[in-house]
Amino acid sequence: MRAFAYERPTRLDDAIALLASGEAEARPLAGGTDLIIRLRDGTIRPQTVVDIKGLAELDGDIRDDGEYLRIGARTVMTDIMGDERIWHDYQALAEGAAVVGSAQIRNRATLAGNICNASPAADTAPALLVYGAVVAVAGPAGTRRIPIDDFFVSSGVTTLAAGELVTSIELPRSPIRPGAVHVRRTRRRGHDLASVTLACAVLADGTTRLSYGSLGPRPVLVVDETGVLADPAAPDGAKMRRFEELFVGASPSARSMRASPEYRLAMLQVLGIRAVSTAIARLADGKGRA
Amino acid sequence: MTTSRQIEMTVNGRTRSMAIAAHHTLLEVLRDDLGLTGTKECCLVGECGACTVLVDEVSVDSCLVLAAEADGACVTTVEGLAVGGRLHPLQQAFLDTGAVQCGFCIPGQLIAARALLARSPHPSRAEIEEGLAGNLCRCAGYEQIIEAVLAAAALDETGDRAVADGDAHAPAMGDRASTPNADVAPQ
Ligand code: FES
Ligand code: FES
Repeated sequence: MRAFAYERPTRLDDAIALLASGEAEARPLAGGTDLIIRLRDGTIRPQTVVDIKGLAELDGDIRDDGEYLRIGARTVMTDIMGDERIWHDYQALAEGAAVVGSAQIRNRATLAGNICNASPAADTAPALLVYGAVVAVAGPAGTRRIPIDDFFVSSGVTTLAAGELVTSIELPRSPIRPGAVHVRRTRRRGHDLASVTLACAVLADGTTRLSYGSLGPRPVLVVDETGVLADPAAPDGAKMRRFEELFVGASPSARSMRASPEYRLAMLQVLGIRAVSTAIARLADGKGRA
Repeated sequence: MTTSRQIEMTVNGRTRSMAIAAHHTLLEVLRDDLGLTGTKECCLVGECGACTVLVDEVSVDSCLVLAAEADGACVTTVEGLAVGGRLHPLQQAFLDTGAVQCGFCIPGQLIAARALLARSPHPSRAEIEEGLAGNLCRCAGYEQIIEAVLAAAALDETGDRAVADGDAHAPAMGDRASTPNADVAPQ
């Protein structure tokens, strides 16, 4: 690996100052499961790697403040899939975290890193989109809060400015828990990137929020307000027709080795049907338990 | 540019104070600086698990950890499993079930299995498959490896056979780790 300097600041301001000089100069290191691969293969060549795990202001805690469930930027996938509140109230996120990489990867990979890396196939992104998560960031110009749908731009690109760091990811507390699920399609069982990754939340008011990844440059959120998808009595054919309308933006790359565009588009429909029916069943199960 | 750093870490119970290059991984430092070559280098992208070690009792791919990050940590490698010349029950079980073929993946499998049993002392078969999903075996000895972990889980801490023989095969009821497998992702 090419040489670089390693800094482990303890104050957020110092980290921001180090990172503000731009990506050619400095890159933040959290879990390292993407960063170290790219440092080694030379696709990134920063002068300095800034380890943000020493920052007092950044924690790995999951806290409920009544309005939001706040997931600290250092929270790793293992902690997300081990949190009872997340299983209970944000099951699609727990399921998405549970299929990231392997146990070893989940012990290191952070939720914040997963979204900052902005892979179109990120398994936690669809769930964050259906739950309407908010990304809290701090940077040279102060702090701001970015709705997750405004965070992703394209593969590897987010709306974070130079020197901005994610400090936490916040999930709105909703009085009525949706029925939700995460599903994915991979080439093999176990450790693999998704050919299609999808989350679905069916709300009590008949709205269905669906988000899919790995079918274009960024994960996409679509919302069905017609009630067709959430209707347990609606035939699959009607739901498929609704999917045709909702999924027009899906544009899988023809260059990917993992699956052909035709296969991905077909699987998007199949997973969509499965996800909607699971979410409907979970909503029915969960009534009154929220 | 400051590329050299002084770190102190405890490796298999022994405290080591050393100067390391900032861009060297924990894997490189363990193998090249400390001569602990039990931990294997293979894919270097976090896919094979041959480099698995415990950092503060948490299993990680050491090819994806900078040595500088392990400053102050306790690291356990395969060399730290046997105590006083006596094989760890997992090591003995791997030998007994014929899980070791060429042997290349075994240090990583052992460490990953140890982390799994620490978290879930009586894992179900599905939990073992999931717990070791990040450890590839080119010899494809997966069945024997799973058998070995089941056998080791059937031993109690003193190394004796557990009284109830069927114990190891019972799913760990109420265990969180078994939940996601049940209804995640119809494959
Ligand atoms: S060498 Fe580290 S995971 Fe393969
Ligand atoms: S025993 Fe040969 S790679 Fe596993």
